[in-house]
Amino acid sequence: MIYDVIIIGAGVVGCAVARELSRSKGAMLVIERSEDVCTGTSKANSAIIHSGYDAENGTWKAKLNVRGNRMMDTLSKELSIPFFRIGSLTVCTQEERLGELEQLRERGERNGVEGLSVLSRDEALRIEPHLADDVVGALYAPTAGIVCPFRMTAAFAENAAENGVEFRFGEEVQHIARDGELWRIETDREVYHTRAVVNAAGVYADVLNNMVSSHQLCITPRRGDYLLLDTTVEGYVTHTVFQLPTTMGKGVLVSPTVHGNTIVGPTAFETDDREQTATTEEGIAQVILKQSNSIKDLPIGQVITSFSGLRASEQGHDFVLGEPDDAPGFFNCAGIESPGLSASPAIAEMIAQQIREKYTLKEKQDFIAQQRDIVHMKPLSYEEQAKKIAQNPAYGVIVCRCAGVTEGEIIDAIRAPLGARTLDGIKRRTGSQMGRCQGGFCTPKIMDIMTRELGIGMEDIRKNGPGSHLVTARTKGGDE
Amino acid sequence: MKQVDIIIVGGGPAGLSAAIAAKEAGCDSILILERDGELGGILNQCIHNGFGLHTFHEELTGPEYADRYIERARALSIDYRLNTMVMDISPERVVTAMNRSDGMFSIQAKAIILAMGCRERPRGALNIPGYRPAGIFSAGTAQRLVNIEGYMPGRQVVILGSGDIGLIMARRMTLEGATVKLVAELMPYSGGLKRNIVQCLDDFDIPLRLSHTVVNIEGKERVEAVTIAAVGADRKPIPGTEERYTCDTLLLSCGLIPENELSKSAGVSLSGVTGGPLVNEHFETDVKGIFACGNVLHVHDLVDYVSEEAQHAGQAAARYVQGELDATGAVVALRAQGGVRYTVPSTLCVDRMDDTLTVRFRVGDVYRDSYVSVYLDDRRISHRKKRIMAPGEMEQIVLKKAELAQMPSLRTVTVCIEKE
Repeated sequence: MIYDVIIIGAGVVGCAVARELSRSKGAMLVIERSEDVCTGTSKANSAIIHSGYDAENGTWKAKLNVRGNRMMDTLSKELSIPFFRIGSLTVCTQEERLGELEQLRERGERNGVEGLSVLSRDEALRIEPHLADDVVGALYAPTAGIVCPFRMTAAFAENAAENGVEFRFGEEVQHIARDGELWRIETDREVYHTRAVVNAAGVYADVLNNMVSSHQLCITPRRGDYLLLDTTVEGYVTHTVFQLPTTMGKGVLVSPTVHGNTIVGPTAFETDDREQTATTEEGIAQVILKQSNSIKDLPIGQVITSFSGLRASEQGHDFVLGEPDDAPGFFNCAGIESPGLSASPAIAEMIAQQIREKYTLKEKQDFIAQQRDIVHMKPLSYEEQAKKIAQNPAYGVIVCRCAGVTEGEIIDAIRAPLGARTLDGIKRRTGSQMGRCQGGFCTPKIMDIMTRELGIGMEDIRKNGPGSHLVTARTKGGDE
Repeated sequence: MKQVDIIIVGGGPAGLSAAIAAKEAGCDSILILERDGELGGILNQCIHNGFGLHTFHEELTGPEYADRYIERARALSIDYRLNTMVMDISPERVVTAMNRSDGMFSIQAKAIILAMGCRERPRGALNIPGYRPAGIFSAGTAQRLVNIEGYMPGRQVVILGSGDIGLIMARRMTLEGATVKLVAELMPYSGGLKRNIVQCLDDFDIPLRLSHTVVNIEGKERVEAVTIAAVGADRKPIPGTEERYTCDTLLLSCGLIPENELSKSAGVSLSGVTGGPLVNEHFETDVKGIFACGNVLHVHDLVDYVSEEAQHAGQAAARYVQGELDATGAVVALRAQGGVRYTVPSTLCVDRMDDTLTVRFRVGDVYRDSYVSVYLDDRRISHRKKRIMAPGEMEQIVLKKAELAQMPSLRTVTVCIEKE
């Protein structure tokens, strides 16, 4: 069969494009090399929806960040994406540089960011009491927000799937070439033909682009380490607090997450290894050192996990979007580094529009915009929780005690369209295993549920990709 | 709202012992709320022996030890609910909980006994750099997989931390045919019991490397190797001392943390040292009518002491409900000094105390040929020589009411370690 569109990569951009395109008729396919959506850059970042003041006027980053931010209210409602517009503060610690906050405000206003204001130290302290003693002023951006990047990506993907987009996981694209009017895509398993290709391959987007275009791209992954603090720290910091970059480098941010944790990071280490997501001692030490520049006495000892992610940084320092002139029908979504998560809805809107126009894809009359309701018990009132348990007793069984995730929510995550098949898949969709004990208590219980729901053995259960099995064999004398 | 005299949060060894004691003290209306599918708590997965030497003067396995209490609780018709998670405890002693069949429900209790136990410190809290592959387990999770589920978490094992569960699992994994390459311990001393080091490591020729830690984890999908290094006095790795061990599993046994999220919701004050509630001589917290015992109070190394402590807490809660535990008399502070990290209890009232009071504590370092001294204000009343004291072994002293009562103006009891 011939596809109308094949999207390569099931990160937030690929899934957002898939969802936008699923408004139109046509045969569409997403190919993802790992076992699930949201396993690369989309899963390991600051989980921030930036306001959009930071990027230079006229860049894709500026334009699409601001647009993406505005789209989040509707999207979060339609797709049950946890999103809170908590506002950001960019703090300055040097009196002589206060003018730069003013310049950033002006730049932001030219970018179309609303509500920006420069606050004195006292004004900033009134809304964020634990700012460091050195802070002399701050740029306040009330439209900035925090989001669950996992749910956001999964929601785009699930909704796209419900609207007819196919997904293939565990399949890696190896060659792309022109084949007459079409593109021929060869993976490690199959050969596909399609009219249009969307390149949303994250840190590998340059590799794909360079297969088809003479306008060569060069992505240098930049690793960022993060620390995540326990929910016991919740409320210590209530805005996303950035640091004004200094000659010593870009500082780290301190921000609440939608799960009630506090995130601190990232570092920035360039690497030539596109798989290098290991944290380092140096990186963790840097995060711990730098956070004190913006926040006073942050309980950094309450760390429950550290992780690192790769930014797909392209040498032009802007997103690379749309068709190269020598590869019509090949749509790049490349160089998606910060503010890529924030811009992803707008990137998708624009790319989908280009594809619709070029191939005159017709609007689907039966498009389902509304995501099914996803039950999250913990934020509900006790009365609401009681109602849910009455409907489905599995919502009354807490499996993950730290994050308050119930058996019902875990079963939902498995049974959903593109449902979870791995422990990490369940983690990202439900928030289980992410709390202070990091899965210590709930992992065996979730494994039991997986064997039941998926009809697989304990030995078949994986953390994520192939080879990531949890148990190796039965104990001596165990039943075969 | 339903009313109960005593609600016990947790049906492990502490909760069971407290419930039995309260019932035997004449309190009939008792309810145990247990989050797991059966009573007994963590003992159910502790299938090794060594339990009950003090309580029953025989060596039992964990499930056998638990069973003695479960049988007794059943014989006394103590009410309990399983698979029930307590969501909130208010300072007014309203307990809100949920389960599959009752949904969300609230019960007003006259007294509450906190017996939620503890959890293990995870890898993230240790800031170990490297990848995050499968094959990294806390020792207790591995213990559950092996002993309850019947599956091996791996074949080639490195263990970080020499807490008791890690030591027990070194032996258990070995008996199941795995190779345990070594146990690395950050501190210059073990966090576990001496008897466990002998029986679980020495007897199986498993090396214990003190003052060592893990500095890297390799393997993207599953653990492939870990690197350990020696640490200096500052506990920081010493460059050049790295040794790489190929393995598929890293077990962590790096400390236990009392689970006091519910205690906090009830407004109970916690100790900065133990992470558990501050309690008086009757294991009552600073919120009236709320008691605490077992590992939620401070981490024990022997379940026998948990049972004994919980028995006292259960009796006290019953007396409280019966109106016999009135607060009278001056409060005396217990001070931990000179190498003693904390004491449980942290206050006492001479008028209310029983004839004797066992005060339990841990030391912060290894002490050889030193004395445990007790001072009433500045008068030393006891000075007992110990050949060795270590952080992994809980210590105790016994205070006598008769002796304390001789000092009507007593303000402070100090427990400390002295060289001579």
